[in-house]
Amino acid sequence: MTAQLAMLLRRDLALLLFGKRGGTVLPVLFFLAVAMLFPFAVGPDAQLLARTGGGVIWVAALLAAILPLDRLIEPDIELGFFDQWALRGISEESIVAVRVLAHWLSFGPPLMLASLIAAALLGIDGASLRTVEIGLLAGTPGLAALGVTVAALTAGLRGGTALAGLLVIPLAVPLLIFGAGSLAPGGGGGLALTGAVSLVLLAIAPFAAAAAIRAARG
Amino acid sequence: MQECRLTADNLACRRGDRMLFHGLSLALAPGEALQVLGANGIGKSSLLRILAGLLRPFAGNVASTGAIGLIDERPALDPHLPLGQALAFWQRLDGAAGDALARLGLADLLDVPVRYLSTGQKKRAALVRLIGQAAPVWLLDEPLNGLDRDAAALAQALAAEHCAGGGICVIASHQSFTLPDMATLTLAQYAA
Repeated sequence: MTAQLAMLLRRDLALLLFGKRGGTVLPVLFFLAVAMLFPFAVGPDAQLLARTGGGVIWVAALLAAILPLDRLIEPDIELGFFDQWALRGISEESIVAVRVLAHWLSFGPPLMLASLIAAALLGIDGASLRTVEIGLLAGTPGLAALGVTVAALTAGLRGGTALAGLLVIPLAVPLLIFGAGSLAPGGGGGLALTGAVSLVLLAIAPFAAAAAIRAARG
Repeated sequence: MQECRLTADNLACRRGDRMLFHGLSLALAPGEALQVLGANGIGKSSLLRILAGLLRPFAGNVASTGAIGLIDERPALDPHLPLGQALAFWQRLDGAAGDALARLGLADLLDVPVRYLSTGQKKRAALVRLIGQAAPVWLLDEPLNGLDRDAAALAQALAAEHCAGGGICVIASHQSFTLPDMATLTLAQYAA
C-alpha cells in the first residue's frame, strides 16, 4: 500500500511539478506579476507599499493557487486512471491525500521562495516578511486541500474551470483574513488561526474529494 | 492464477430515467468466457462497469473473488509521456508484463508519445497493461475497436490463453469475438 502511494506521489509530482500540467513556473510568474503590478497601480509611496504589501502577497498567492485547478483531478477521471486505481483497490481517499501533498509541493514552497522577491519589490521589512512566510507555510496547505476538493467537485462539469475558481475564492476567505490579519500589529493569533483553518481543510479534503470522484462515476 | 469467480444476481441498471435492463443473473467459474451482445446503447458498457464494481446497480448485487482487470475506450495512459514511460507507471504498480509488449508489436513504439499513437495502438497498449495486472477476471469493453485484423486475432488468442489458464473473460462487443466454449448473453432479452 505504501509502495503504491509512493508511486502515485512520484507520478503526481512529475505531472504537477515538472510536467505538462502547468508545472510550477506559471503560478510563480503569475504571483510575481501581481506583486509587480501593484506598485504601478497605487504609486511608489514606500510607506503605503510596505503597509499593504503583505496583504498583496496573500491575495496574489490565493490567485496563483487557482491556476492549476483544472488539471488536478479532471484529466485523470477522463483518461480512466481513477477507475483503474479503484480496480486495484487503491482508495480515492488516499489518492486525494497524495494529490494534495503533490499540489502543495508544486506551489507552496515555490511561492514562499517567490515571496522573497515580491517582498523586495514591495519594500516589505524583515519582520513582516518573516510573518508572511510563516503565514504562507501555515496557509498554503489549506489552499492546496481546498483546491483539490473543489477540482474534484467541479470535474466533468461544463465550465468547471471557471466555476472552480469562483468556488475557491469565497471558501479561501478565512485563510486570507487570518493570514493577512497576522501582519497587523498584535495580530500574532492570526497565524495560529491560519494553521487551524488549514488543518480543518486538510482533514476534510480527502473524504469530500473522494466522495465527489465516486459520485462522478454514476 | 488465483481463485476467481464472478456472479451477478438479478441485476437491474437504470441510467437517468431509462431502465436499461433488469432481472439479469450470471455466474462464471474459472476458465469460462461470456460475450455480451447487443446494439449500441443497450447497456453493455454499463453492465461491465457494474460487474467491475465501478457503477452501482439499480437493483441486485454482484459478487466476485479475484482481482478484476478492465479494458474500455480509455487507455489510462498519460498522453504526453512516451509509451514506454506511460506503461512503466503501471508496471511499477502491477509488475512486469513479460513478453506482452513484443507480442503486441509495441516494442518499436516505446519512445513515441501516447498522444501520437493510433486508436489501435493505444488499445494494444491497454492490453499490455491488462496482462501486466495479472488479474484473473478480465472485463473487455469493445476490445476489438480500432484493432487491425492481425491484432484482433491476437487479442482473441490472448483471451483464449487467459481462459485456458483458469481466468474468467467477459467481453462486451458487437463484433464477432471467437473463443472456445464461449457462452453468449443477449442483453436485449433483459431490456425493460
